[in-house]
Amino acid sequence: MKEIISKKVQDMQPSGIRAFFDLVLGMKDVISLGVGEPDFVTPWQIREAGIYSLEEGFTSYTSNKGLYKLRLSISRYLKSGYGLEYCPDEEILITVGVSEGFDLSLRAIINPGDKILIPSPSYVSYGPLTELAGGIPIYIDTKNEGFKLTPKILEKHIDKKTKAVILNYPTNPTGISYTGKELNEINKIILKHKLLCISDEIYGDLTYDFEHTPFATLTGAKENTIYLNGFSKSYAMTGWRVGFVCGSKEIIAAMTKIHQYTIMCVPITSQMAACEALQTGRKSVEEMKREYKRRREFICEGLNKSGFECIKPDGAFYVFASIKKTGLDCLDFAQRLLKEQKVAVVPGTAFGCEFQDYIRISYASSLDNLKEALIRIENFLKNIRR
Amino acid sequence: MDEILEILEKDARTAPEDIARMLKKKPQKIKETIKKYEKEGVILKYKTVINKEIIKDADSEVRALIEVNITPQKDVGFDRVAERIYSFPEVSSCYLISGTYDLLLIVEGKDLHTVSRFIAEKLAPLENIKGTTTHFLLKKYKEDGVILKHKEENKRIAISY
Repeated sequence: MKEIISKKVQDMQPSGIRAFFDLVLGMKDVISLGVGEPDFVTPWQIREAGIYSLEEGFTSYTSNKGLYKLRLSISRYLKSGYGLEYCPDEEILITVGVSEGFDLSLRAIINPGDKILIPSPSYVSYGPLTELAGGIPIYIDTKNEGFKLTPKILEKHIDKKTKAVILNYPTNPTGISYTGKELNEINKIILKHKLLCISDEIYGDLTYDFEHTPFATLTGAKENTIYLNGFSKSYAMTGWRVGFVCGSKEIIAAMTKIHQYTIMCVPITSQMAACEALQTGRKSVEEMKREYKRRREFICEGLNKSGFECIKPDGAFYVFASIKKTGLDCLDFAQRLLKEQKVAVVPGTAFGCEFQDYIRISYASSLDNLKEALIRIENFLKNIRR
Repeated sequence: MDEILEILEKDARTAPEDIARMLKKKPQKIKETIKKYEKEGVILKYKTVINKEIIKDADSEVRALIEVNITPQKDVGFDRVAERIYSFPEVSSCYLISGTYDLLLIVEGKDLHTVSRFIAEKLAPLENIKGTTTHFLLKKYKEDGVILKHKEENKRIAISY
């Protein structure tokens, strides 16, 4: 019999920690610091807008690019927030979360054998989607640079097959972000080598110590930048699956070609809710942001006290903590912590095979949970040391 | 508003040590600030929100919203009459409002009879009170930002990227 599954998909590496995830999902009464989404429910007025749109009978397709009024709101938001100008007709596409936007970006630009640079640790989908699109992911280990991509290590990895650089800041899993000045230095290298930048800024609104700078706002960057953002994290709307891509007319047209055949359009209810989010949701975003910031201080102080080495995150809601001192591999650590103390974290290898000395801790959890989890982690460490 | 107040308004039990960790300040400093707020009357009281709707053997309690029309007095306006009214322990809230009447009261009593008697015998006969309209409360859905039915929880899965 012929093989059913395509060679390309067979070659995709299954996540090594799938079994661990199943273990977590099968256990009860676990305090989970392993969640990659907000613990808040979508603010009510946004949910209500979704309900109202259903009552009014908005149950049809929208234009492939998404509701014009949503694209217009996004365009206005970017203009007033960052001075960034994108034309709602031709330069904005509404996608099923950043995930789809990211996949489209790669499929629109990659020719077989093109190299895509990915600072690692990185979000789980970047590498596999690059391969699926026919590209070659080149990981840039940022461990020794404080998890930051520097112009120097970036340039070291560029050759004539390099097509694009992926940025994600604040970063999942490290929470690290970049100041405008740091981004400028990176941009210089990108411009020098005429590369594209795919910038996943889904956590941009959750930057705590300085202003978030969209990559496209840098001098000369806009033309070569694919700007990805969405509503999932800042508006606590993960399940609605709404994101957007901004880029040049040509890039958006290319992405829309694929999008129209695979997705057609983002569900109208979600798009209606997203319109409401932009109109009235900013106050909720600010409130949630303040809450995450307080939790960040709380968890970082607690982890440092327990002897973990972790770089204080600038944004998002993750801490990428080193467990090297324990002598345990991250999967062992996570499994034992789960079984012995019922606390779930994500093993570092999920974000790159070289991060076996790290775990990702999410602080998108209530203060009571964080407090209890810190006590349990402390107990766990005592047991290991014994 | 100071973040300390924002935190305490959400959960008055948050320990000063925890607030200190969240705001990256010294616990002693947080304690002093809270003391200061208490002294200045910014923080008036810490209380527990109890859902009496679900306590079976709770003393039955009747609440009424009472609209009161009053004649303002020279120099002190509504304040003196208001004071005479809100000083009754039966009055749990008292607001001066715009519109067709002047004061809105929330009055509590153990039964309908008690509340009615309070209105008829204490409140209505007061000098300067022109009239009252009483609305008895039938069901509480939400109070001071707290929904009484259930605690809203996020139904997210336990682990994800």
